[in-house]
Amino acid sequence: MGHLTTEEILKSEVVLSVEDLVIKFNLRGKELTAIRGASLDLHKGESLAVVGESGSGKSVFTKSFMGLLDSNGRIENGTIMYKGENLAKFKTEDDWIKIRGKEIAMVFQDPMTSLNPLKIVGKQVQESIELHQNLKGEEAKKLAIEILADVGISEPERRYKQYPHEFSGGMRQRVVIAIAVACNPNILICDEPTTALDVTIQAQILQLLKNLQEKYNLTIIYITHDLGVVANVADRIAVMYAGDIIELGTAEEVFFDPKHPYTWALLSSLPQLGTKGEALYSIKGTPPNLFKEIVGDAFAPRNPKALKIDFVSRPPYFEVTPTHKARTWLLDPRAPKVDPPPMIFKMRDMGMNGGANNE
Amino acid sequence: MGVQTMNNNKEVLLEVKNLKVEFGKKGKEFVAINDVSFNIYKGETFGLVGESGSGKTTIGRAIIRINPVAGGEIKYNGKTISGKIDNELDKEITKKIQMIFQDPMASLNERAKVDYIVSEGLYNLKNYGSEENRKKIVEQALLEVGLLPEFASRFPHEFSGGQRQRIGIARVLVMEPELVIADEPISALDVSIRAQVMNLLSDLQARKGLTYLFIAHDLSVVRFISDRIAVIHKGKIVELAESEKLFANPLHPYTKSLLSAIPTPNPRVERNKKIVIYDPCCHNYENDPPKWVEIEPEHFVLANESELESYRKEIDYKMTLVN
Repeated sequence: MGHLTTEEILKSEVVLSVEDLVIKFNLRGKELTAIRGASLDLHKGESLAVVGESGSGKSVFTKSFMGLLDSNGRIENGTIMYKGENLAKFKTEDDWIKIRGKEIAMVFQDPMTSLNPLKIVGKQVQESIELHQNLKGEEAKKLAIEILADVGISEPERRYKQYPHEFSGGMRQRVVIAIAVACNPNILICDEPTTALDVTIQAQILQLLKNLQEKYNLTIIYITHDLGVVANVADRIAVMYAGDIIELGTAEEVFFDPKHPYTWALLSSLPQLGTKGEALYSIKGTPPNLFKEIVGDAFAPRNPKALKIDFVSRPPYFEVTPTHKARTWLLDPRAPKVDPPPMIFKMRDMGMNGGANNE
Repeated sequence: MGVQTMNNNKEVLLEVKNLKVEFGKKGKEFVAINDVSFNIYKGETFGLVGESGSGKTTIGRAIIRINPVAGGEIKYNGKTISGKIDNELDKEITKKIQMIFQDPMASLNERAKVDYIVSEGLYNLKNYGSEENRKKIVEQALLEVGLLPEFASRFPHEFSGGQRQRIGIARVLVMEPELVIADEPISALDVSIRAQVMNLLSDLQARKGLTYLFIAHDLSVVRFISDRIAVIHKGKIVELAESEKLFANPLHPYTKSLLSAIPTPNPRVERNKKIVIYDPCCHNYENDPPKWVEIEPEHFVLANESELESYRKEIDYKMTLVN
């Protein structure tokens, strides 16, 4: 299905490199640290999923690649390197125009709100072609119809002239994807692309994105909280918690051999792993307040098995394999051996049997 | 929970019979729910699954008398509660059947304190006795959903999504209901908070003997929490069975399609999954219209004669595999 192997990911060039990124917001006179020193290398042609709960910073992190931070937010520290330029230093809209759409494009969550209700669908696709591909008039229209057909809209000539309200939710999301692809970007960021859709439609949209990835040679970042979607599309997974990437690895590494206690907890709380009639595993407490400075491991207060050092000093990344690293003191050679919860073993067994959970 | 074992002595709490709900003006009405029948047993969790627009919420709303019924009837504890009913029964139903809503950000009054939000039902029925007693009831309800009694003096915006949903549940508990209609109660919540709220719902059910009608689109959640599941498609229930039976042995093509699309948190399974696409054209209902049939004990399906025949073969085949 076009999924990259570990070797292929390591071999392919890095298209976007984020280093030690710190993003802060001014909110009600106080300062909130939304991203606390996150680093990430994005490889060409891969599908990377950024997973995390609301407020973990997954949207802010990726929006900073396109200069889409709200006006009260700023990049305090760190670099975002893309084609030899540091995007973190960009100040004006003119700088960003060169990147947005043409290099990095975005598919938003809710197709009900991301289309212009007063404009026919075809024109909205054509608009991004005219802006980014130097085509005008009839030529641009021809290409727009072609792209509408590419994203699986039947009778594209007729549909070209229709308004968004004449489309169903799934079809609208196809149009949103068409607009993003029409810019001919290198990197496509999909922010919760299927959250607003029904499961049957969701599966179709994910398949479409995979097909387009191959056809247009795209590198895709998926932002999502749905671990089912992640399992379907991701080559690699970055798990975010409290503004930081706490674990990064290939899909199989993160699902079957997770190392960070937060990843353990997140996977364990899935209803698919629960036993009927028993309580589901649930994470106690709430995420930390990002207005305050976080000392040590951000997840420690919610982790019943936290080590003493977790409350004192922030863990560095420990490498598990060349593609897998995690920010937890448990990986330090001096740390006591702590076993993951039983659900993680259950998950691994299911995975190795290739889907015995669908019995 | 655990209703599978009480098959023989189950007591019907809610009976929905040939329910029909219509919207729009006379002459060009839109039939949202057409000829739907099912029973909910006392103490069970009945899951209702379907896509958006399938009518699952409409059924819930018809039961609590928000949407008028155009045909058929709904019986609660043997008494008809659809259509015109007298004031006293109306009051009783309002108390006995309560609803938890999907989005805790939208369903709580932003300008009211938690104390008022939780007591609103009590104020309506004026059945709480003294003011002191009301405060006690609110306090008790907040404790029961895992919140602190001090929270009563705060406003909804001071709480997180999970906490707000707990307030929504506390508001239901003060009425001492028997049947709770939970309309996508965890869809708007984060994964880790979902588990907390689901545990709370099961816990309350065990302690208070509540009956749930659990409406959702996420099949993996419904499977975990429900004793029986009904699958609804375009205003018609197409299949109804005990949860594990439905997952092990789906018969209707729409159920099969829905089950095949469930996302599994497992990369190896996901990458090789085949999605079954449901095409309503596969039914040939022109000369042989479908009926709602109990094809095996406690397993209902909407099918015509020729389909029933092939479904029966399917069941027999599965049985031979098991033995």
